[in-house]
Amino acid sequence: MIRLENLSWTPPGKNRAPILDRVSFEVPSAAYAVLMGRTGSGKTTLLEILCGLRSPGSGTVRIDGREVTDLPPGERGIGYVPQDGALFPTLTVREQIAFGLRMRGVAADEIATRVLEAAEGVGVSALLDRLPTGLSGGERQRVALARALVVKPSVLLLDEPLASVDEETQDGLIDLLQRTQREHRITVLHVTHSRREAEGLGELHLRLEGGRVLSRTGLT
Amino acid sequence: MSPVRRLSPFWIVLGVIAAGYLGFWFAMLAATATYTSPREVMEVLLSREIRYATLLSLVTCTASALLSAAIAVPVGYLMSRRRFPGHSFVDAALDIPIVLPPMVVGICLLIFFQTRAGGLIEQVIPLTYTVGGVIIAQFVIAAAFAIRTMRNVFDHLSPRPEQVALTLGATPSQAFRHVTLPAARSGIFAAASVAWARSLGEFGPILVFAGATRMKTEVLPTSVWLAWSVGELEQGVAVSLLMIAISMIVLVAVKLTGERV
Repeated sequence: MIRLENLSWTPPGKNRAPILDRVSFEVPSAAYAVLMGRTGSGKTTLLEILCGLRSPGSGTVRIDGREVTDLPPGERGIGYVPQDGALFPTLTVREQIAFGLRMRGVAADEIATRVLEAAEGVGVSALLDRLPTGLSGGERQRVALARALVVKPSVLLLDEPLASVDEETQDGLIDLLQRTQREHRITVLHVTHSRREAEGLGELHLRLEGGRVLSRTGLT
Repeated sequence: MSPVRRLSPFWIVLGVIAAGYLGFWFAMLAATATYTSPREVMEVLLSREIRYATLLSLVTCTASALLSAAIAVPVGYLMSRRRFPGHSFVDAALDIPIVLPPMVVGICLLIFFQTRAGGLIEQVIPLTYTVGGVIIAQFVIAAAFAIRTMRNVFDHLSPRPEQVALTLGATPSQAFRHVTLPAARSGIFAAASVAWARSLGEFGPILVFAGATRMKTEVLPTSVWLAWSVGELEQGVAVSLLMIAISMIVLVAVKLTGERV
C-alpha cells in the first residue's frame, strides 16, 4: 500500500510556484494504479519523493503502513523503473539484475539462481551476457524491470516505462507489466502522460494537474 | 548545382577565418621545424642535460597528472551533482588557477611555503627548489583544468542510473564506485591527459617556486628558456619540437577517448 498525505514540494528559489501542492492519495495493496498528468505536472517529482531521491517540503509518505518519508531509498522496499530504464552503462544484463542482491550481501549462488529466475520472468534470459549498448528500447525496459523485481520490493514505481518504445513493443510490455503485477501481488504506481497507456492498464486512475490530484477513478 | 548544394557566402567566410587561423599555426610550426637540421635536433635531444630534463618532465607531469585526477574526480563529481550554499562561489574559485598569471601562482606558492603552515609541510616533504616543488607547481594549475574536464564529464552522465542504484540498496559511495566511476573511465583518462599536457607546458610557477637549476629542477620548458637566455636558438628549437611532438600525441590520445575537454 502507498499512502501520501499532504505532500508538497516547491523548487528552490524566490517566488517559485509549488510543483506539488498538498497531494494526498492512497493506492491499496496489490493494486495497479496509473497516475496521469501532462508533461511538467509534477509526476516525476512525486515519484522521486516516493523513491526517497528528493525530500518533500512537507507531508508524509507511507509504504505498507510504515512511514518512510525520511528513510534512504534502499530501505523503502521499492522497485524503481525510470523512463529509459537507466541501465548501468558498463555492467552486463546479468550484473545489472544481480546489482541489488549484491548490495544487500546475498550469497553468490542465491544471486545466480534469482538472476536467472528474474531474467526468465521478463524474457531476457538470452541477453544475460550483453551490455546495455545495442539493446532495444523494449529489451532495456525488461532488464530494468527484472533488476527492480529481483530484490522483491513491495511497491513498484514505473516512470513512463513505455514512452521510448514503439506501439508493438508497448503492447508486449503492457502484457508483461500486468502479468508481473498479478504474479508478484505487488502494488504498482505507473506514471504516464499517455491516455492510451493508461486505458490499457490500471485498476485505479489518478490525475495530477496544477500540483494537485484532481480526479481518482476505479477501486472505489 | 541545386540550391541545397550551393555553399552560402556566410559559411565560406567562416571557413576562410578557420583556415586562416589554422594556416597561421601550421606556418609557425613549419618554420620552427625547418629552422634547424634533424641532425642538430638529435644532437641536442641526446645531450645529457636535455635527456635529464626530458625524463624529469615525463616523471613530474605523470605525478602531477595523477594527483590532478585524484582531486578532479571527487571535486568534479561534487560540483556536478550537488547544489549547496556558495556553489557558484566555489565554482568560480576553482577556476582561479586558470585565469591567474602563472608567475603569480609561483609567487603565491613561494610565499605560502614561508608561512608557519607551509614550513610544517616543508619539514615533512621539502618542496621549495626541489623536484617535489616542480610537481606541486605543475599540479596547482593542472588540477584546475582536470576538475573542469571531470565536471563536464559528470554533467554529461545521467544521474538516473546512480539513483536507481540507491533504490536497490547501494549507498551513495557504492553507487558512485560501481555505477558512475566505471562509466566515467574515458573521461578520467581525458582529464589526466589534459592535466599532463598542461603540466608539460608549465613554466612560470616552476621557475619561481622550484627554480631552473640544470640537472636538478630543469624541465623541458626551463630548457627552452635557459637556451634562449644564452642565445642557443638551435637548442631551444630542438626542445620546442620535442614538446610539440609530445603535445600532439597527448592531443590525439584525448581525442580518441571521445571526451570533450
